Parts: sequence; structure tokens; C-alpha cells
Amino acid sequence: MSRYPVRVTAVLLAALALVALPAGSHLTAQGKGTIKIATQSPLSGGQAALGEGIKLGTQLAVEKFKGNLEKMGYKVELVPFDDQAKPDVGVANAKNIIADKDILVVIGHLNSGVAIPSSEVYKEVNLAMISPANTNPTITDRGYASVYRVCGRDDVQGVVGSEFAHATLKAKTAFVIHDKTTYGQGVAEFFKADAEKKGIKVLGFEGTEEKSNFDPIITPIKAKNPDLIYFGGIYEQAGPFFKQAREKGVKSKFLGPDGMDSSDLTKIGGKAVVGMHYTSVAGPVSVYPQAKQFAEDYKKKFGKNPEPFAAQAYDATAIAVKAIEATAKGGKAPTREAVTAAIRGVRHTGITGSVEFDAKGDPKKALYFVLQVVSDNPEKWGDNKEVKRLVIAAPSK
Amino acid sequence: MIHGVLAVAMVALSAWAVATFPRSVLVFLLFQGSLLFTYLARIPAWLRGALFAVALLVLMPVIGYYNGYYLEVATQVGIFVALALGLNIVVGLAGLLDLGYVAFFAVGAYTWAIFGSPQANLIFGGGAFPLAPGWFYPFLLVGLLVAAGTGLLLGLPVLRLHGDYLAIVTLGFGEVIRVLANNLDKPINITNGPKGITPIVRPPMPFGLPTSEAFYFLVLVIVAVVIVVNRRLEDSHIGRAWEAIREDQLAAQAMGVPLVRAKLLAFACGASFAGVMGVVFSAKQVFINPESFTFLESIGVLAMVILGGMGSIPGAVIGATVVTVLNLQVLKGLSLWLNELKNAGVTVLGYSLTDLPTQLEPAKYERMIFGVILILMMIFRPQGIFPVRRRARELER
Amino acid sequence: MDYPLLVGIFPQVLLDGIILGFMYALIALGYTMVYGVLEFINFAHSEIFIVGAFVGVEILLSLKGAGLLETLPWPLVLVLILVAGMAGSAALAVSVERIAYRPLRAAPRLIPLISAIGVSFFLQDLIRLVESVWRNAFNLVYPTMDVLNERFELTSTLDVSVKSLVVIVAALLMLWALHAIVNRTKVGTAIRAVAEDQAAASLMGINVNRIISLTFLIGGAMGGAAGVLFGVQYGLINPYSGFIPGLKAFTAAVLGGIGNIPGAMVGGIVLGLLEAFAASYLSLLTGGAFGAEYKDIFAFSVLILILIFRPKGLLGEVVRERA
Repeated sequence: MSRYPVRVTAVLLAALALVALPAGSHLTAQGKGTIKIATQSPLSGGQAALGEGIKLGTQLAVEKFKGNLEKMGYKVELVPFDDQAKPDVGVANAKNIIADKDILVVIGHLNSGVAIPSSEVYKEVNLAMISPANTNPTITDRGYASVYRVCGRDDVQGVVGSEFAHATLKAKTAFVIHDKTTYGQGVAEFFKADAEKKGIKVLGFEGTEEKSNFDPIITPIKAKNPDLIYFGGIYEQAGPFFKQAREKGVKSKFLGPDGMDSSDLTKIGGKAVVGMHYTSVAGPVSVYPQAKQFAEDYKKKFGKNPEPFAAQAYDATAIAVKAIEATAKGGKAPTREAVTAAIRGVRHTGITGSVEFDAKGDPKKALYFVLQVVSDNPEKWGDNKEVKRLVIAAPSK
Repeated sequence: MIHGVLAVAMVALSAWAVATFPRSVLVFLLFQGSLLFTYLARIPAWLRGALFAVALLVLMPVIGYYNGYYLEVATQVGIFVALALGLNIVVGLAGLLDLGYVAFFAVGAYTWAIFGSPQANLIFGGGAFPLAPGWFYPFLLVGLLVAAGTGLLLGLPVLRLHGDYLAIVTLGFGEVIRVLANNLDKPINITNGPKGITPIVRPPMPFGLPTSEAFYFLVLVIVAVVIVVNRRLEDSHIGRAWEAIREDQLAAQAMGVPLVRAKLLAFACGASFAGVMGVVFSAKQVFINPESFTFLESIGVLAMVILGGMGSIPGAVIGATVVTVLNLQVLKGLSLWLNELKNAGVTVLGYSLTDLPTQLEPAKYERMIFGVILILMMIFRPQGIFPVRRRARELER
Repeated sequence: MDYPLLVGIFPQVLLDGIILGFMYALIALGYTMVYGVLEFINFAHSEIFIVGAFVGVEILLSLKGAGLLETLPWPLVLVLILVAGMAGSAALAVSVERIAYRPLRAAPRLIPLISAIGVSFFLQDLIRLVESVWRNAFNLVYPTMDVLNERFELTSTLDVSVKSLVVIVAALLMLWALHAIVNRTKVGTAIRAVAEDQAAASLMGINVNRIISLTFLIGGAMGGAAGVLFGVQYGLINPYSGFIPGLKAFTAAVLGGIGNIPGAMVGGIVLGLLEAFAASYLSLLTGGAFGAEYKDIFAFSVLILILIFRPKGLLGEVVRERA
């Protein structure tokens, strides 16, 4: 290539043209009567496990609920995008998504940091985004009509945790740890603020990005010996932390948000996490037959237990499909505007409770469960016991 | 002569093709390739200039109007071109290995983000912020100065270090900036920690241009200025001083090159480009948080510089373009295409792609392919795509 | 301020720091040895390290599956996974060198660095691919052996678990063995000769390519051992777990003076201690204003300070400027 760069480039371009033009025409010819549902979540990199959970939850729901639309003559497809947990990649994907007119709804993202700039793009064309995992209050507080979420808000879930710690666990002292992410720190801060209001003494508030070695954090905790340790974060980090803490002889009770809701928590934490509590909008599998069905289908199809937020993604997709069906009923092809508007009217009782959106796009009333881990066998995650139920409305601000 | 005809024909043909098949990634690649050909072809300078002007000033915005995704890609390419050119001064010209370059980008981005959003009220009190959108333009200069100052700050203590010691210190510096951004939400809330800053004010759009077009032109102007400055620097006495330091520090010093001043200038110049682009980036994204400024981003920019050809301006431009387009378009396009084949139930060698287990989904392995491309590129073309002539000769010996 | 608390946890923090430091030291050796002979940063070493951990966990899981984990004596199991982890990482390191670095031996130093970054990206996702097909899992948990989790209470605030002792003993053995190989054997002399001057070494009849492969082999084996110990000590690994410890170990290598083998050990332990003390004490000393999250800033600031006063690292000698 070094000797004749011009000729080589010309030949390469000619070859590219030969391939590109027919391929391009093929692309435009396609897409009549196709409805696409896109997901955006990290599919590679360190957060891929959770991101893939969102994609798989959506996939399962698309396959399950697409029947009606197919009867109407539409082809329903899932288009997964990898946002790599990076805002710039998310935005570029978003632009790509809005350029594909067949995509009527986006299920995503995992990271609020990616969801916020990307939803600015969706807003341009009134494309609905239903978030299964972004608990940051800012997401909906901006008041965009096209942004919805089925998960709770940090300022609700943190309060649920502190209420439980105060009223049921009767904790007098607590140590709060978080993972320095939007999610973990957000929920931990609201927990701390409300716990202090209720008279719980917060002995320490630490953030750490550490994934494996928690020794230096555990040592001061052990010396302070709090009644309760609240971990704002995801099971991947909380699991090793709880395990190492118990191994080092920490006797405090453990509590966490819905990022704990994965059978992998017991796989990682083993006996250390048995008896701990976590808060979640997803009801225990043993009580809700639908949730049980979901867990079984997921396991059967993908060979593993659902990650946190997979159930939320499943519900988000079910809502999206319902909205699309409602707009397609008249026989007209559904448009983005119509779908976005229709989502507001959907009432859906899914596996994470019944969802109905308020004016901002938050679930009107969040029903939270406090669950207790009953066994160190990951297969028995579904048997986790419901200890308490709390209904809290989203702050209207 | 034939080159001129070919170049015009290619630009025209590819522009037509993009307009006709606005969704095909291959066709857009063809358009980019025709620009590359125009650059390489032996044609009069006026014709080359005219073709570039038409393609970048007229065709690209028009294409972008039909498919905003391409405009987004072009804008991001521009942002990374400026970053690569800045790093090229430090690494390519002065030979100082900088593994924390993205820190300067972060400094620029946070400069505007803090003052262009209500965030500054938390620091200074009152309600004077966000600043009026018009302040964005002066802040381009402020961002430049702040980043250059940060460059000096980093430069001062590390002047005595060589080679890989310098590399690790710059790496550490980059991490320090990111961790500071992630943690300076207490005791005083400066950066709002992992939750990031939003909404960031966007500048007033001149001539009533749509937002994406306006940012495209803004980035284009900055890139043009950066290229001109780079050119002038390269041929100036300071540019020669840098190259002398890179080749042999002792000899350079013996010949009277002021080492301290030259190295500090290199850091400051390189940093200032990143600072300006940081300001643009934060306004474009409306939201920033520390996740955009990780070590991997620094590595990505370094890969662009070396892939293109160290110390070469066209090299940095093409390196940034290739990496960005590869990441945002080619690899994404590939996985979307494979996904489409899968949805269509295509069979390869008697194996239906629909049965492909979800673990093997192509969307998940984009980074792996990028890794392979990096390795192959280094093995088969170590001097980069457009090497500086002198370096190419050195390698051929 | 709670002085009894500050004093009380001191021995425990010291111990934690030393354990972490040994881990860093073992990984840092891989960086430093490669740097010693080739003068380039083997960016992919963090993946070579984590592959050792994966080999270890695979063996433990298959033993567990076969019901042998409880019946075999635990020291035997430990030795088995250590040796296997070392072999796996060493083999990988040698093949990476052969494929991705050897063709670039003559190129400027930044070229193999980029190639190494490519290898690092490739290996991360390759491990993920293999594990997701093979186990359908992203995070792998080291099966616990109850013996290893037993703790001895030395004082009311200081206790040490069997596995921590295992890590310390194994790391010391490795470091001693490496020291002996490099300084007392013929091969070791050859390695040092190649590091000093490749051309002269080859004129003396040393097969430079073989010695370089051997360097990667030894560095990889150390990394693999560190990987297994990392898994045993902290319990959870995923394909990306190697990245951050790798970065830290590289820092440790530079801190001690890159290319210098005792330097890597000293650098590792200093960095481990710094991190442990910063993470445990910052929050206590500043009343919560600055916490454990500043440990990396603290570690890097100390690194910069040390390098300002000793530009070649703690044990690095000031050598003649190379052209």
C-alpha cells in the first residue's frame, strides 16, 4: 500500500461500491410492516452481565407478546444495541435508532449517565424510552413526555430501606457503603438522610469502586460494630463485600436495594448473605405465579437465572407492546408519537407489580417488597421470603 | 487529469448513493472513502480544496439532514480528531508518552458544565447561574486556558522523568482527575460526583441552524483551526525543538533547546485543544459525568495517534476517523447486520442462525474485533496509515 | 477523634496491606521482567494474570463436580491449582509474545504498546466468550474450602485467616525462587545479559529469542500464581477483574524502579500498604470528608512525590541516558 496508495484506494473504493450499492438498495427495500423494538445496554465490558440481562428480558417479552401484532400482519423484531456504558456511544446509537423509522420504542439503558444524554436524542423525534433500570430522579424530573421508567426512584427506595431498618430491624446504628455509581450512591444518600431523620446513627458513609479487596474498609467497620450495614450497589460488588465481612467476623445485619436481587448474590456470598434483607419492586416468585413463570422461562431459554432489572425489562417491553397494539388497532401503521402517547394510558400488571404512569413518566405508586434471603443455594433464590410490603408514591415535586 | 475526473466522480457518486440509501453503512463508508481518495489523488490543490469544501460544508450537512446518525458520527469524528491532534503534539512531536490525556478533555468539559448549569450556584451561592447561552463562546477560550494551565501543572513536577516513568505519572494524573470529579460532591459539591451535571446550557445557534448541524459546523471550524495551528507549530522553531527533544534530549539541550520551556509548552498546547473540545462536548451532550473520562478513553486517543502515524497531522486525522468510524459504525453495522440475518432465519452451511446461542451474539464482541484490528495493524503497518516521511524512511531501512 | 480505635485497627490494616502488597508484587514481576529485556510495557499482562485465576477456578469447579474437593488433602489441591494456573498463564504469555510482539521487535517502542493494548482487549472478550459458552456465567466464584476460611484471633482487633497465611507463604516462596533463578542459575545470567545488551548477548552465543520467551514464561507464571492467589483470597473473578490490579501492579513496578526485580517487590508492598492505610484511615482522620474512595489519589500522589525525588523509582539506579 505504501508505493501506490492512490491506486490501491481507488481499487478498494470500487470494490466497496460494488458491494455497497446493492446492499444499500436491499436495505431500503426492506422494512414494510416491520415493527422494531430496540434495546440499549452495555453488552460488552465490565457491566455486560447486567446489560445483557436487560436485553434478554426484552427478548423474552418480545417473543411472548408479539402474537397479536403478528396476527395484524406486522413482523416484530428486536434490535439490540451495545452502548458500552459510554455516553458518547449511547448518543451515537440513539441517532442511529431514530434514523430507523421502524423502531417504535427503546428499552434501556442500564446507566443513568448514558440514558440522560441519549434520551435528549429520542426526545427530538418523540420516540419513547422505557427504562428498566435508571433510578436516578433526574431521568423523569426533566419532564420529557417520551421518557418513562418502570423501576423505582432512588429517593423512594432509599426511604423504603431506612423505614424498614428503623421500624422492623430496630437498628440504632448503621454503616452505609456505596459503589460510587449514580445508582448506588443515589440510593445510599437517600437512605442515609432518611435514616438520620428517623434517629438512626450513621457511623460512616463510604464509597468505593473496589471490586475485590474490601479488607481495608471492613477493618474500621468491624471496630465500630454497627447494627446494620446498608450497601447501595449491585450484587457483584456487594456479594464479595458481605462474604469478606462475615469471614472477618463482622456481625452486623445486611440490607441493600434491588441491585441485590439476583441468585448470583448467594452464589457469591454463600452463607454470609443468608438472612440479609433487600428491597425490590419485584415480588417474590413464590407469591406471584407470573414472576415464577418468568423465572422459569428465562432459565429454560438462556440457561441461567435472571439478572436484576431483567424482570423490569420484561415488563417494560410488555407495556411497549401493549401500547403499540393499542395504536395499531385502527388498522393504521403505528407512529412513534402515537406509541409514546399510548404508553401513558397503559395499565399493566406485570411481574414487578402493576404499573401505571404519572405525568412525569414514573410509576404512580411504587409497591416495594422487603425480602429476606432464605438459603445459600442459588436455586432457591425464588423462595426468598417476603417480610414486609410498603407502598410509596413518587414525589411529585 | 484522470485522477481529477475520478475524484470528482467518486465524491458525486457516493454523495448520490448516500442520499438514495440513507440507511446503508457501507454507502456512507464509500462517501468517506471518496474523501480519502480526494486527499491522496494527484490533483491540483484548488480542486482538492474545492472538493473538500463541497463535501464537508454542503454535502455532509445535507446528508445529515436525512440521517442524523451520520452527522453525529461526523461530529464525534471531529471531536476525536481534535483530541488526537492535541495528543499528537505531546506524543508524536515531543515524544512524551501521555497516558492520561483525557484528563484535559474532562477539565474543559467540567469548566463549561459547572458554569453553564445551575451547579455553580451550589459553589458560589445565589442564583446567577446557569450563565446565558451566549457565554458559551467566551468559555471556549476559558476552557482552553484552564486546560492549558492544568497541562502546565502536570508538566512542572514531571519534567525530570523520562519514558515510562512519565507514562505512569500521566496515567496517575488522569485517574486523579477522574476520581476527583467522581468524589468532589463533598465536602463542597463542585462536580456533583457520579450523578453528573445536567442540564448544561447549549450555545445560541447562529443563523437558526438545527442543533446537530450547528454543532457539526462548530466542531468543523475548531478542527480547521487546530489543523492550521498544528501545521504552523510543526514548522516553527518550537516544533523543531520538540522533534529534537524526541530524537535526542541530550543533543537538543547541548544545541541550546530550552528543555523546560519546550516540554511545558508541549503539554500546554496539547492540553488546550482537548480543553476547547471538552467545552463543546459538554454542551453537545447536555449531561456529563466522570464515566466519559476513563483511562480507556485516553488509551483510545493514543491508539488513534499511533494507528494514523505518530507525529503526522494527516495521520492523526485519519487515525481518529478510522477508530471512531470503526467503533460507531462498522462494528455496530456488522452486528446489526448479523442480527438481521439471524432474525430472517438465514442458514449458513446448514446451520440456522436462529439457533445461535445468545452467548455468541455478535453485538457482544465488538471490542474483541477492535483488539484484533489493532494487533494486525501494528504487525503489518507499524509506521501507521499516513506516516511522517522521515519516520517511514527510518522504518524501511 | 477516636484514638483507641485508630490505634486498635493498626495491626490489622498493616496485615491487610502486606497481603495486598504481595499480590501486587507478584503481578508487578511480570511487567518488570518484560520491561527489563524489551523495554516495553506489556499491557496485556493483566489478562495473563487473570487467566491464571480462571484456570484455578476451572480446576476447583471440576474437582468439586467430581466430589474430590472434600476428599483430597487441601494442601495438595492448592499446589495443584497453583501449578496449573502458572502453567496456563505462562503458556499464554509465551504465545502472546510469539504472535503479537516478536514481529515488532525492531519497531519503535510505542508500537508494541498498542499491539499489547489490542491483545488486552482481545483476551478480555475471549475469556468472556469461552466462559459464557462453557459455564454460561460471567462471574465465577472460587469454591470455598472451609479449612482456608478458619481464622486465628491473635488479639481482639487482629486476626488472620488460613488463606491469608497461604497467600503470604506462597508469595514469599515464589519471590525467593525467582530471585534464585535470576541470580544463581545460568539461565538467570543469560536473562540479565539480554537485559543489559541484546546484541552483545547474542554475540556471546545466547539465543536471544529463547531468553525472551523464557522471560515471558517466568513473568507469566508469576502472574498466574498471583491470579490463583487472588481468586483464593478474594473469592470472585470475572474476565475484567484483571484490569485494575494489573494497572496497580504496573504502578508498583514503576514505583520500585521498572526493570528492577527487587524493586517490583518493594514497590508492590509499598503500594499495598499505602492503599490499605488510605482506605482504612482517610475517613476516620478527616471525619468523613474524604473517604476510602480517595485511596487511588493518595497512592498516585505519593507515587508522583517519590518519582520527583527519585526519578528512577525507589530501587532504580540512575543509568546513562539511552539514545
